[in-house]
Amino acid sequence: MNTEEAPVLDVSRLRVAFDGIEVVHGVDLTISPGECVAIVGESGSGKSVTARALLGLAGAHSQATAERLHIDGLDLRAAGEREWRAVRGRRAGLILQDALGSLDPLRTVGREIDDPLRIHLRLSAAERSARVLELLADVGMPDPAFAVGRRSGELSGGLRQRALIAAAIALDPPLLIADEPTTALDVTVQARILALLDEIRGRGTGVLLISHDLAVVSRMADRILVMREGRIIEQGPTRTVLESPQEDYTKALIAAVPAQSPRGARLSMTPEQPAIIATTAVPTPPAAASAAEAAPLLELAHLTKTFAVPGGRFTAVDDVSLSLRRGETLGLVGESGSGKTTVARLALALTAPDRGTVRFDGGQWSELAERDRRPKRHRIGAIYQDPLASFDPRWKVGRLIADAANGAATNGAARPDAARPVVAELLEQVGLAASVADRRPLTLSGGQRQRVAIARALAASPELLICDEPVSALDVTIQAQILDLLDELQRQRGLALLFISHDLGVVAHMADRVAVMQAGRVVESGAADEVFARPEHPYTARLVADSPRLPR
Amino acid sequence: MTPGSPTDERRSIRGATLRRAGLLVAGAVFVLWAVATLTFFAIRLIPGDPAQAILGGPGSQASQEALDQVRRDYGLDQPLIAQYFAMLGRLLTGDLGVSYALKLPVADLLGAQLGGTLLLAALALMLAWILALGLAIWSTGRGRVASALGEGVEITAAALPHFWLAAVLIAVFSVGLGWLPPVATGTLAGFVLPVVTLAVPLAGFLAQVMRESLLDAMQQPFVVSARARGESALGVRARHTIRHASLPAISLSGWALGWLLSGAVVVETIFAMPGLGRTLLQAVTLRDIPVVTGVVLLVALVYVLMTVLTDLAARIADPRLRQEAGR
Repeated sequence: MNTEEAPVLDVSRLRVAFDGIEVVHGVDLTISPGECVAIVGESGSGKSVTARALLGLAGAHSQATAERLHIDGLDLRAAGEREWRAVRGRRAGLILQDALGSLDPLRTVGREIDDPLRIHLRLSAAERSARVLELLADVGMPDPAFAVGRRSGELSGGLRQRALIAAAIALDPPLLIADEPTTALDVTVQARILALLDEIRGRGTGVLLISHDLAVVSRMADRILVMREGRIIEQGPTRTVLESPQEDYTKALIAAVPAQSPRGARLSMTPEQPAIIATTAVPTPPAAASAAEAAPLLELAHLTKTFAVPGGRFTAVDDVSLSLRRGETLGLVGESGSGKTTVARLALALTAPDRGTVRFDGGQWSELAERDRRPKRHRIGAIYQDPLASFDPRWKVGRLIADAANGAATNGAARPDAARPVVAELLEQVGLAASVADRRPLTLSGGQRQRVAIARALAASPELLICDEPVSALDVTIQAQILDLLDELQRQRGLALLFISHDLGVVAHMADRVAVMQAGRVVESGAADEVFARPEHPYTARLVADSPRLPR
Repeated sequence: MTPGSPTDERRSIRGATLRRAGLLVAGAVFVLWAVATLTFFAIRLIPGDPAQAILGGPGSQASQEALDQVRRDYGLDQPLIAQYFAMLGRLLTGDLGVSYALKLPVADLLGAQLGGTLLLAALALMLAWILALGLAIWSTGRGRVASALGEGVEITAAALPHFWLAAVLIAVFSVGLGWLPPVATGTLAGFVLPVVTLAVPLAGFLAQVMRESLLDAMQQPFVVSARARGESALGVRARHTIRHASLPAISLSGWALGWLLSGAVVVETIFAMPGLGRTLLQAVTLRDIPVVTGVVLLVALVYVLMTVLTDLAARIADPRLRQEAGR
């Protein structure tokens, strides 16, 4: 820490309350110029509220107090709206997660970046538009003159995030607050955005980085503050916190990073199931070993799928061949738009391939008439990134699961009472109390919803479970629990998993074999540890290099 | 993701726009044909003899010979289907026929009345927009009391019937205060009460929609980013949220104009204003078939045009719609 220069942010005993209920309980924080400090914690820990309170933006019903609140030397404890507005954008910039929603979809990127210039400076329109182009070039926008007239919906996630950063640094504020700046991005894009933030930090800007992901933070933070339930429970230089964490919670956060742990090892540190830890230290599931020579359960052969787009056809999946045996996990990795989800839809026969075939359990699958396929559909289950979107919000959990169980039964008798014991058993298997059956999905947490989705997928006793980004929307510790659950269920039921993710760490932890997809093609495949340890294709090598991990 | 050069893309978007325009025109022609057909047959269900109506109504005691003569002159002795095709043929040449009661060409009659009614409806639509935006903006973001009050005002306004509102306004502002004339005088003052009568219930409807989407827009993360750049609360509204709040109201305005035209029947009658509404009411009473058909067709045409215009306006206000045209 540089003690000679005045800190750009100096806060002590920051408290934030909503309608009288305190959620941030006295946070102390200082950031020097050119320093990057990270706040790490799960959702609901109060880290985002803290970030917003630093700009006086915690919300209409909030009350924020502090013993000391200095930004760039300015005392803001008693600041009114006018004083705050002079600080926002000029002395401190804010970058939010999800640039799609953080940029106004009705306005061009150029106008959004122009805003701080228009508000804080007295420049002519021509000077401002020249500066906007400069800023876009500064943040690495490939074609600034083109991008300036685009709206957020017309840009990719990475470019949107760059535009958002350009707006935040337009006036070169000494403090930059980045709240989950890379959470929704692919690894390679994430790596580039982090490099950009690091570059901005290198120019002397103090950066407050907020994230739930320790691996991301470890790349650029000088110091880490671990936040839980509105308190900083541990802090120190990045290496010290990662290498010798003092608090159990910090240890749990570190253990939950999947790339660190071998296949089969538990990620979550839930104390309630100590017995399982002993049985799960097996590196490969026994089912996979015994079925090594057996015929594949799912076989995709030379699949090609194209979609009509303005001016031609877009090839989403290009000559993809994959196979998956019983009890085995095949990981499918690649960036968004690489065709992973289309492969999942082809395997589920939700869409028909233009060329190639899908075979299931030695028989026809993609070529079957829907009438012949429907009775077999229950043998393949699926879970998705956003389980809520696949639930009828008016149905209770019990009915959601019972419906799936009944759909599989040939008689189709829809008697919810008869299904109750089945539902209770399924809920127990996914680690939920039977009482959850009477709740609606909206009242459950993200992790609980994904558990319900898994229970529903299991209700029809599938042999194959297709998991499309099942943990991408979850906090690391919850993610760890869900991955452990999938692992355990696979062992119990001999399930085959087609596991799709953009997160290499997650796939490396889950998969026996992996296939790497780029632009619709499988560019590399093989045993998971082989591929990740010695990637042959340059694209795989780049993915591996960009993938955030904790320093060892 | 998108293949092809920008020029290709632009060309394909232009192609899509042309296709869309073609569809709209075909749709408009279909609607007009359907309206003409429905009106033609529905009007036969009104009891009474058109020949009687032509000769001055049931009270005129016209002779049988005169009736026969009129039936021959107007083609009323032809089979219904022949009369129908004769009407379609006349419509295709732009001939709306001659009024039975006034013996004037329907086109001239309507042309004289259309301007006043459109002005009335357009002024009412504008006033409704202003009232609705004002109410929506005032009642959001300032606590529960204002929000509940705003909601109450909107529902009450939307539920007010025109005839009741008109009567109350006349009682208060003309009879009581004597500020404004109780009937349309052709002056600006005469326009005030009819416009207010039409605008208030519509403002209630529009404000409900606008407030909903305004609240939704205020929850969006881009509002936080805008404020984090130093934008004032007013600036956030002017540059961001009002635009989002207007989108559904723009789409509703096409429907609203049609609704105003039917409201004009009541309002023009109460305030004794010349206009399409009053003409329609008189024509129905007198069984003046050509005039009724003409008014209905004209209103349908205005409706279709408004739908196209609101569609265009929505595209201007929301660039995302323009992009989707290519898909």
